[in-house]
Amino acid sequence: MTSALLGTPADTVGEPSSGQRTPRRPFGRRRRASPRNTLTPGAGLGLGIAMIWFSLLVLIPLIAIIVTAGEGGWSAYFNVLRSDQTWAAVKLTVGQAAIVTLINIVVGTIIAWVLVRDQFWGKSLLNIIIDVPFALPTIVAGLVLLSLYGPESPLGLQWANTERAVMLALAFVTLPFIVRTVQPVLEELDADVEEAAASLGARRGTILRRIILPSLAPAIAAGAALSFSRAISEYGSLVLLSGNLPFRTEVVSVRVLTFIENGNTQSAAALASVMLAVALVVIVALDIVQRKVANRG
Amino acid sequence: MVEVSTPVRWLLRLIAVGYVFFLVAWPVSLVAVRTFEDGTDAFFGIFTDPHTVAALQLTLMVAVWAVVINLVFGVTISLLLVRYEFPGKRVLSALIDLPLSVSPVVVGLALLLVFSGRTGWFGPSIEDAGWKVIYDSPGMIMATCFVALPLIIREVVPVLSEIGDDQEQAARSLGANGRQTFLRITLPSIKWAVIYGVVLSLARSLGEFGAVKVVSGNITGRTQTATLIVEAKYQNFQQASAYSVAFLLAFISIACLIVVAFLRPKHEEA
Repeated sequence: MTSALLGTPADTVGEPSSGQRTPRRPFGRRRRASPRNTLTPGAGLGLGIAMIWFSLLVLIPLIAIIVTAGEGGWSAYFNVLRSDQTWAAVKLTVGQAAIVTLINIVVGTIIAWVLVRDQFWGKSLLNIIIDVPFALPTIVAGLVLLSLYGPESPLGLQWANTERAVMLALAFVTLPFIVRTVQPVLEELDADVEEAAASLGARRGTILRRIILPSLAPAIAAGAALSFSRAISEYGSLVLLSGNLPFRTEVVSVRVLTFIENGNTQSAAALASVMLAVALVVIVALDIVQRKVANRG
Repeated sequence: MVEVSTPVRWLLRLIAVGYVFFLVAWPVSLVAVRTFEDGTDAFFGIFTDPHTVAALQLTLMVAVWAVVINLVFGVTISLLLVRYEFPGKRVLSALIDLPLSVSPVVVGLALLLVFSGRTGWFGPSIEDAGWKVIYDSPGMIMATCFVALPLIIREVVPVLSEIGDDQEQAARSLGANGRQTFLRITLPSIKWAVIYGVVLSLARSLGEFGAVKVVSGNITGRTQTATLIVEAKYQNFQQASAYSVAFLLAFISIACLIVVAFLRPKHEEA
């Protein structure tokens, strides 16, 4: 399940290449070659039709957002972003996404470690449960969390309609990212190096700090980037759980939807263009991290 | 391999299991409890409510169309990306991943700006030709296609590049035409990757909420999908039916997950 979303060919393909230390994009396999063209007429036709569909579905609509955002000029653009309510939503979203990403970096790495290096009853069940947040429809995810942390909570917790609800929902939907990027790297990690270090007298803490964590760092960074960008753009799981209270629990996606529902598409597009820019930065950053690692390995 | 001491190992195990239990396992199981706490009547009641049945049928229709379109598109693009060289290939393969990082609400807005019947770029002319995209099923299918676009490609591409094209070239040199080569050689070897991709896309398509909410207009009985009806029922204080539909959706998506989890290792050993 997760490999499809994260692009980790390591667990779908029988033998990962030896240089593969981090999940990298399946498509980036071939190094940048001189642009040559080996298309046959039939393949060219296929590419043409596929590109028309892709343009109609993805490219033109995304360009339309940027064009619409720019229609009112810079002043209108910044006025949207400067309004108090929007700014509060941006601050809340970025703040909670950052907190959740930090939690994921720590807990996600621990879970990946437990899944790879530990053996206990029920481990394979844990492995399947990790993917549940990816498979579950987001609105169901919200309802699911509401049943434990909402008004009828068996724990007596009343987190619905608070900032904690936002954090909870984001933590739920981003749980698998770091686990699933770190796990394959940890599996591939050479035990020889650790044993060599141990035989030379390195203590456990030293091995962890000097050998294991540096090899995991690119995978953790990649997972953190994915988890942050997902958290920034989350919508469905927050609808029922957070209550969408302006200035308190309203996130950026909800703000965009409010603009759309009020027919204010220009403001919606302005805010959406910022979210698109964040998504693009994350994609580029991931590409750079992964190519650096590929060069090193 | 570095061994951690027993107390540390137990601590890490406890953190991992505890976190997942409180965040995922317990809440998800509570939905099943809530659905069936008053017997099975509430759950089977959803199949007698005409609006809910219409929503379930619509969801299935939209999801099947989206999966079929993404299947054709995904396999075509995967073959092109792995087997051919052409200018702009790197950019295309990066752009294919874009839908995964775009917020569902932004997806909906993007489609609205282009295909809206009143103000969109192409919407009015498409509407003059007799088609309605936004606030109707074509728009919902497009939104679902958008969000699930890369899933099949991401499963198929690694397998295609792993198997290489030796067999395909052998088939060609023995006189097979393109169609025969694809059906007899390529398709059987990527069969499992395609099946995973389809199951994942189906799960994603059935559960799409944000993008569909924007482009559907959420008209009860006409463009309301299963996920939209969960929200509507919950907000109308019909919690029993909200939990029932949610349970059905959760059941289907977890079933998809288990199917993939059990198919994958078996196939890899073979």
